[in-house]
Amino acid sequence: MPSATDNNPAILFEDVEKRFGDNVVLKDLNFSVAKGDRVTLIGPSGSGKTTILRLVMTLEELSGGYIYIEDDPLAYEKRDGKRVALREKHRNEIRKRIGMVFQQFNLFPNMTVMENIIEAPVHVLGMSKADAKAKAQGLLDQVGLADKANQHPLQLSGGQQQRVAIARALAMDPDILLLDEVTSALDPEIVGEVLAVLRQVAETTDITMLIVTHEMQFAKDVSNRVMMFDGGHIVEENTPEEMFSNPQEERTKQFLHAIV
Amino acid sequence: MTEFEWNWATVWDVLPTLLGAFFQVTLVVTVVSTAIAAVLGLIIAMLRRSVPKPVDAVIKFAVDFIRMTPIVVQLLLVYYTFTNLSAMVCGIIVFGIHYSTYMAEVYRAGIDSVPAGQWEATTALSMSKGRTWRAVVIPQALRATVPALGNYAISMFKDTPFLIIIGLVELVNAGRIYGANTFNYTEPLTLVGIIFLAASYPTALLVGRLEKRLAFSY
Repeated sequence: MPSATDNNPAILFEDVEKRFGDNVVLKDLNFSVAKGDRVTLIGPSGSGKTTILRLVMTLEELSGGYIYIEDDPLAYEKRDGKRVALREKHRNEIRKRIGMVFQQFNLFPNMTVMENIIEAPVHVLGMSKADAKAKAQGLLDQVGLADKANQHPLQLSGGQQQRVAIARALAMDPDILLLDEVTSALDPEIVGEVLAVLRQVAETTDITMLIVTHEMQFAKDVSNRVMMFDGGHIVEENTPEEMFSNPQEERTKQFLHAIV
Repeated sequence: MTEFEWNWATVWDVLPTLLGAFFQVTLVVTVVSTAIAAVLGLIIAMLRRSVPKPVDAVIKFAVDFIRMTPIVVQLLLVYYTFTNLSAMVCGIIVFGIHYSTYMAEVYRAGIDSVPAGQWEATTALSMSKGRTWRAVVIPQALRATVPALGNYAISMFKDTPFLIIIGLVELVNAGRIYGANTFNYTEPLTLVGIIFLAASYPTALLVGRLEKRLAFSY
């Protein structure tokens, strides 16, 4: 079991618990993600994998335990043996290192593509508008949408919107990128264009990635580690090659059999 | 009993008085009170979304209290309590506050119509609360609320004759006073109706056009 003494992990979960009312989604969860790791979380719906991403992004409040981002406590810290909630200001500082791409894109429909991408670099990081625009244009080139800067998101296809959302997340230069079922809302023939962009990001950067996906080929191509979740616990973890060709646990076999 | 005959001389005689009352009182109260209601309503709606539950309960009680008592009672209460206020200022304040409670509900519905994913995206981008409201939530919420806000502004406009109760000579009162002095009621009150219609109908059209322009169909 990894512990806090691991060499500076990008993400560390320590005794994490998450409840929604009486429903315990995660309990006593411990794992760490090394810097530069690409970890794919798989498992049946309700197994807690999306909740893990949402906890890292502070979209959900921790019910128990601690999460550390590059050794800094994210939302709670231990102080004199007590568990103390950290202020919003502190959380926001840590949050700046983390980016997220959502299943439903969540672009701002009242802004143009360009405005979507430069919003946070300008108003959160204090970048000049000219610099932010130049950077955004480069990212749009990278995701193949250089000519869409002045369009509004709702004028774009789902795949294009998701590529803008990826550019928006990358514009903040995150250390950690969370991908939450980013192709699940897309038509099958469009999935490829989004995954191609993400493959390229994976190849050309050293961003730590935490991925929830049902695209097993993508998980195989991009990640170096797969964790199988069920009922809020890690059932099994391994390299993608081993996990997909030679699963050890019965639960993993059932799951992989059911989805392919 | 004499048969009624429409008298154009009366029309030309009363029209300047009516227009004076309309522009100096009715319109001023409507415009200033609408501005107050629009801003105060938004503040109330944002507060209710941001404060802890017990504080929200207090705000909700105050809002319901104002909404569920007649505006005439509020006019009289404020006018006779704060005797240093002119009838005009009293009218503007009461109309502004009264309608802010309605507008707050409209804003609240508009804010609730902004999908949770939009708020989550602002968190994922580490955006500040102020920037989240100003750049993301309010622009999207307003689109949904423009028609209802416009309708409340028109409805407030039509409520301005209640100002008679505190002695303010707005449009209707001006027509009534003219009638009382000359025993000609029909022409002045007909004109009053026409002036109301002439002002509210184009406003309604304007609201409709604004609504179309703000829709998400670029």
